[in-house]
Amino acid sequence: MAAAPESDLDIRYVADLARITLTDEEADTLGGQLEKIISYVKQLEALDVSGIEPTAHATPLFDIVREDTVKPSIGVDATLANAPQKTTDQFLVTKVVE
Amino acid sequence: MPASDYIVTIGLEVHAQLTTQSKMYCGCKVGYGAPPNSQTCPVCLGMPGAMPTLNEAAIEKTVLTGLMLGCENPEISKWDRKNYFYPDMPKNYQLTQFDLPLCEHGSVPLYDHCYPKDVQKDIPRPGYAVKLTRIHLEEDVGKSTHHEKNTTIDFNRAGTPLMEIVSDPDIRTGEEAFAYLNSLRQILIAGGVSDADMEKGQMRCDVNISLRKTEEEPLGAKIELKNLNSPAAVRRAIHYEIDRQSTELDAGTPQVQCTRRWDDDLGESTVMRSKEDAHDYRYFPEPDLLPIRTAPIVEAMKKLVPELPHEKSQRFVTDFGVTEYDASVLSSDKHLATYFEQAATGAKNTKLVANWVLNDLLSALKESFTEIQDSTQVPAENLRALVDLIESGKISGKQAKNDVFPAMLETGKTAGDIVKEKGLEQVSDTGALEAFCDQVIQENEAIAADVRSGNEKAANALVGRVMKLSKGQANPKVVIGILLEKLK
Repeated sequence: MAAAPESDLDIRYVADLARITLTDEEADTLGGQLEKIISYVKQLEALDVSGIEPTAHATPLFDIVREDTVKPSIGVDATLANAPQKTTDQFLVTKVVE
Repeated sequence: MPASDYIVTIGLEVHAQLTTQSKMYCGCKVGYGAPPNSQTCPVCLGMPGAMPTLNEAAIEKTVLTGLMLGCENPEISKWDRKNYFYPDMPKNYQLTQFDLPLCEHGSVPLYDHCYPKDVQKDIPRPGYAVKLTRIHLEEDVGKSTHHEKNTTIDFNRAGTPLMEIVSDPDIRTGEEAFAYLNSLRQILIAGGVSDADMEKGQMRCDVNISLRKTEEEPLGAKIELKNLNSPAAVRRAIHYEIDRQSTELDAGTPQVQCTRRWDDDLGESTVMRSKEDAHDYRYFPEPDLLPIRTAPIVEAMKKLVPELPHEKSQRFVTDFGVTEYDASVLSSDKHLATYFEQAATGAKNTKLVANWVLNDLLSALKESFTEIQDSTQVPAENLRALVDLIESGKISGKQAKNDVFPAMLETGKTAGDIVKEKGLEQVSDTGALEAFCDQVIQENEAIAADVRSGNEKAANALVGRVMKLSKGQANPKVVIGILLEKLK
């Protein structure tokens, strides 16, 4: 199999943006896989789209909105049911200060 | 070089919460005061697979804002994901608008009376309107509370419709930024799109500011200021930043793009994050929301564009003959404007009504910590009647101020009733007054002779005596008329 073509992919940077820590081995494996995905998608660049109107969405539908009416919420207990850490009524997380 | 010689370039990003019933992308209720995490659902909690839907009213209010500010609208508007990780944003992306916002361009007029009081007499760019880049519609985040060892999060606010109004780098001073925020607030309130109270977090502002030495130089490094909770704080933070940057530039320290946090109590800012930590948001189109065609919404909203504060102000000058300054203050608040208009319509002296509203009524309300719309003691028609009594000479301005108005505030009665109860009605009945005048002329021959020989000022002494005889109830204007007639 031919080596993955060169790309601008910086696997360490992408992992950092996604808050994922990678070992060197993982970075090699995932980096290689992502390169392949990108080169596969890059085939689209070969298409001639010069005569085609740009679209804002793949589905040709517009103006799907709802009225501004209040619907019942799910309640505090259900809201916190999946929380890894919580107080009686709030989500608890590691201290963050920005 | 002195700080004042640097060219200062400022742009503002204002976030305003919209006055909708439900959230931007789900039906959860919007508002304060509910128990934490009680106004949430899978959509605003960012549960996998939950599908957002667009709130029609939020889109309409944003388009209406655009119309009030003279914006244009891209034909198609769409939503995008802005990716970042922060615990108050449970989806790990914010649903916002990137390349096709609802509104573009337009401007915010800087009203004179919206500048800080101490600079209103010396506005460098009077009548200037600050150009806008865009207005887009996005969602608010949850509320974090930081404790000693951890942080707790309440998602009630997450998903509240938030309109972001981005100005061009078209502001030059802290005072213009102050006026921008106050003018914008008045316009948003006039349109009923946001309550826009910065101290309640309904309107928030980030400032971008850079300094350079000459127009020929490119813009200096952009410093972003955060945590600004009032127009006054924005003004102070900008002054501080201009001093800080100019001092450093003078000392040869180049500025590096960064975000700084303003501490209004300490009156200083500190670095929050440097350019190296700048976010890379990796925006991409939101697949779960469909684009909006703006033209029909713009058409529908045109009917709802209200009379804006500056238009109302101009009308007050034309219709009621009040000064431009009084008109601008009277039209700055929706409720104050309505009160004045009701009081002035049909009044004998509309300028005097304006004086009474701006001075006596407003200071009485301030003393009792009452908002004009909540005050019931002196309805507009009662104030008009009071001013009419002064104007027609039934009571003096002094009596109105000292006796009648305080009693109206206390009892809620009409001016007419109070005047009757207190027996304050001035005697304008010329028959009774002529008798008093004759008596006074007889008793003060020397003064009378002086007036007869042309010294009209001397008549004032006689007026005082007639007032005494009438126990203060004579109308002094009428008395002087009678005296001068008799002493021709």
